Amino acid sequence: MKGWARGLFDNVPNALVSLALLWLLAHVGIGLWDWAITRGNFDAPNAEACARTGGACWAFLGDRWRLILFGPYPYAQQWRPATALILFVALIAATATPATWRARARIRTLIAAWVIGVPLMAVLMWGGIAGLSFVPARLWGGLPLTVMLATVGVGLAFMLAVLLALGRVSEMPVIRALCTLYIEFFRGVPLIALLFLVAVLFPYLVPPGWTMDTLLRAGVAFALFFAAYMAEAIRGGLQAVPRGQYLAADSLGMGYWQARTRIILPQALRTVIPSLVNIFIAAFKDTSLVVVISMLDLLGAANASTAEARWWGLYIEPYLFIAAIYLAFCAAMSAYSRGLERRLGVGVR
Amino acid sequence: MTPILTMRNVRKSFGPLTVLPDLSLTVARGERVVICGPSGSGKSTAIACVNGLVPHDSGRITVDGIELDHRSGTAPDVRRMVGMVFQSFNLFPHLTALENCTVGPVTVQKRPRREAEAEAMALLERVRIPEQAHKYPAQLSGGQQQRVAIARALAMRPRLLLFDEPTSALDPEMVKEVLDAMIALADTGLTMIVVTHEMGFAREVAHRVLFMDRGEVLQDSPPAEFFAAPAGPRVRDFLTHLRRPNLHHA
Repeated sequence: MKGWARGLFDNVPNALVSLALLWLLAHVGIGLWDWAITRGNFDAPNAEACARTGGACWAFLGDRWRLILFGPYPYAQQWRPATALILFVALIAATATPATWRARARIRTLIAAWVIGVPLMAVLMWGGIAGLSFVPARLWGGLPLTVMLATVGVGLAFMLAVLLALGRVSEMPVIRALCTLYIEFFRGVPLIALLFLVAVLFPYLVPPGWTMDTLLRAGVAFALFFAAYMAEAIRGGLQAVPRGQYLAADSLGMGYWQARTRIILPQALRTVIPSLVNIFIAAFKDTSLVVVISMLDLLGAANASTAEARWWGLYIEPYLFIAAIYLAFCAAMSAYSRGLERRLGVGVR
Repeated sequence: MTPILTMRNVRKSFGPLTVLPDLSLTVARGERVVICGPSGSGKSTAIACVNGLVPHDSGRITVDGIELDHRSGTAPDVRRMVGMVFQSFNLFPHLTALENCTVGPVTVQKRPRREAEAEAMALLERVRIPEQAHKYPAQLSGGQQQRVAIARALAMRPRLLLFDEPTSALDPEMVKEVLDAMIALADTGLTMIVVTHEMGFAREVAHRVLFMDRGEVLQDSPPAEFFAAPAGPRVRDFLTHLRRPNLHHA
């Protein structure tokens, strides 16, 4: 018997449990196969036809996948968000690649790519110039919305979180109190409530005449909320930096910000990569809550995709589809963080 | 010439514990001072006061004409002139040996990276570890780490270099390589204040040996006189204990 099998069948109770679990696994596997493949419908015209075989209705995804991916964005123009999304993901991937940070020339290229890329994406999404028809932000939706919201929210949140964490361990009592208050408040408020507040209350808070896009407002709400969580994670990292590091930085005559950016934060942040990625993943999935302020992100678009008489009553297929997309993105984030941890030698001092 | 360091009636307490009741000390340019004494005698606190890592409660500390004043924030100015080597090295673990030596000059003194790297490399050669330049502290032995720490302090071109028990955290076989680097440094004429129990080092390179106990300087004399005529029973006891090798690091 091989090693793993010995563990499963080395005595009677173990063998019984193993057999029961194997039976269950086989049962579920066969059931799934039967539902998805054997009785699956790949070219049924509507939900009714699918219901006749009782299997999965993949024909629905074939028909509606673009609505799920891009939401209410005008059908004929959906190449624009698709291009913008690919560009965006490529920029993020390039930014996240450690090899990019090595050489100054590459960093300059990267900055240039962002400087060109962001307006390009804006033009693609909004249009209105260069022969592209204008598409208002309320028609944006699906995966591009989810990815942009998550990135902008998490990016802003991270910057804010670093400041909050530093403030919370500051020697200045007023700053410390303010940061603590902020963190306690935003951790104690449900994200949904915050989204409602930002959507409804925000217009009253800013000077008249100012407007702010719902998308940006949602992004700010995410940033404010997740900054509180990230700040606590980063604070943990700051506390893990030995006192001798502060003394050594001081002894070189470094000022507060010089010591933080060169010595303290690089060490603090690498120890908290696992918990930060945890929060990033949670934030990515929680973007689905913008449904409550009537934005059609990936989940919202999936909901909307079934709202047609022809495909009435289908739920499993669209949810499986977007679950697979969420899973793919989150798996990519985890894999990246594992790679980064290995690279930076977390736990190797 | 004005002294590089003047300490006048410096007092430091940690809560109810007064570590330095009233310390006065003057160090001339180019002088090498060794401070010894039993643990808890305030030696380390005294030199940590010099570059303001430990803020003193009262009295005056003047380094090269600049008075250390924590209210008006002159500490960074003083620290730029004063290097420090710590007992536990305190190298930056996320930077290579070379980067440890360039981060100060580049960030604090705004010197061009290339120039700082060339100088850091020369310093690593001087402490005889140029081949370790691109390794991280975790890959180095204690003795190598402490020599990188010396190079890091020197990279700031300090006018005064402080050593806080630089060999106390080292395995015995590594003490010599660090002491050799320090002796070589002494030959360059750098002003050094060294807290150490290495009496051989004191005998060889010090101009003055100070004995501290309970925050007070009980003896301050050239090494020959210090070892020949210990001033009082406490100094004598201390030296007797040091000579018994099994109590060397106790």
